[in-house]
Amino acid sequence: MGHAVALKVNGESWSLEVEPAELLLEVLRSRVGIKSPKPGCERGDCGSCTVLLDGRSVRSCLVLAVEVDGHELTTVEGLGIDGLTELQQRMVELSSFQCGYCAPGIVLTATELLAVNPRPERHEVQAAMSGNLCRCTGYAPIIDAVLTAAATAAATTAPEV
Amino acid sequence: MTISLDLAYHAPASLDETLEILSEQAGRTVLLAGGTDVVPSLRDDLISPNRIVDLKRVEGLGDLAVIDGALHVGCLVTFSDLIGSPAVHARLPVLAEMAGMVASVGIRNRATLVGNICSAVPSCDAGPLLLALGARVHLVSREGVRTVDVDDWFEGPRRTAIRSGEVVTHVTIPLPASGHGAAYARLSRTRGEDLAQACVAVVLEPGDRPRIAFGAVAPTPVRARRIEALLHAQGLDAGAIDAAVGLVAEEVAPITDVRATRRYRLAMCEVMLRRAVTAAAGRAAGDGPVHGTPLM
Ligand code: FES
Ligand code: FES
Repeated sequence: MGHAVALKVNGESWSLEVEPAELLLEVLRSRVGIKSPKPGCERGDCGSCTVLLDGRSVRSCLVLAVEVDGHELTTVEGLGIDGLTELQQRMVELSSFQCGYCAPGIVLTATELLAVNPRPERHEVQAAMSGNLCRCTGYAPIIDAVLTAAATAAATTAPEV
Repeated sequence: MTISLDLAYHAPASLDETLEILSEQAGRTVLLAGGTDVVPSLRDDLISPNRIVDLKRVEGLGDLAVIDGALHVGCLVTFSDLIGSPAVHARLPVLAEMAGMVASVGIRNRATLVGNICSAVPSCDAGPLLLALGARVHLVSREGVRTVDVDDWFEGPRRTAIRSGEVVTHVTIPLPASGHGAAYARLSRTRGEDLAQACVAVVLEPGDRPRIAFGAVAPTPVRARRIEALLHAQGLDAGAIDAAVGLVAEEVAPITDVRATRRYRLAMCEVMLRRAVTAAAGRAAGDGPVHGTPLM
């Protein structure tokens, strides 16, 4: 039996009819046309399907579409609406990615981290990113970009004395 | 990736409505909170319900508060909620220590403490700590409310004392006396995605019998009662801890699986017990490692 689901995706309102067993990941990709969340492990381990649900990172392979009725989702498509974020720019400069499959999940997870902890220590970045697997880079350029973005943001908002 | 199941979905707004739905038909119901275990179980055909009852819209089930000397943790409280709670940090920091070791941020934002003990996999992180803290599980059904000691909760892998028609509304965790020390140690192959290969929780209260429990090394999380009794009788000096470590093989029954061999688990349980008891004793004395410092 179909269920009516109303949600916001990157600020845009959507009304969909979904079956209870449909995964959010599938619905986003095939019906909403948002392709940045990627199927990887499809069991919660890799983080490539990460989306922000009401600002918090979740794994869309573990969420039923019917559960997000009334909620708000953000994906990298939405982050970039006004151009690349500080974090994304640093990731481009530092060549943080190679194939890029992990990138949407990593960008969103790091975005959440910087929102709750604007000046993380390296070990805090490592801990926060540890559930997002990257098979290409060895993580160093990703972690460096998060730390550089945090330092830049801190320098522009509160000049150091 | 599709789940091919014909499912009914209910999202009741109140507990009364929930119990009404549960009593309507004795269908194969699965209760849904965070879904981090339910969804993969659906896909892997570990469970084949004909209806899902989503609890997330039920009022009051997300409460997290200190009430009458105990921490009340509603069934919708996530591991991230525990990590972010000032009350937890002030009164029961070991709970945040454990929560911070569960999977990844993206899982912790969704997965609930109560869901963790309801799915009851042998490696569940919350199990050993709740055993060591003497928690109680509160259930409600149309017949009324019922409370189960967490000692009587786990009945086997993925089996608990919950009965058909019941919902776990919350757990209560008695707050240990000030001057207590506690520690949670967890061994896994990688951070961020792996289940525990073994874990141990230790709670030391001044003048009281120590409480110690292991996870992932038996069909359910288990209390280590012989070790507790020994440490209670002999104290926490180096000789007593050595003797306690010598009892580990009698307390746990690990298996060999993809994550570790039996021998490795046993050997590491000894290391973990030593480190966790030492850390908890140090914390009780006010100079142990900061909570969250990995002991493994
Ligand atoms: S695809 Fe969802 S976590 Fe890997
Ligand atoms: S850049 Fe290829 S998986 Fe991360």
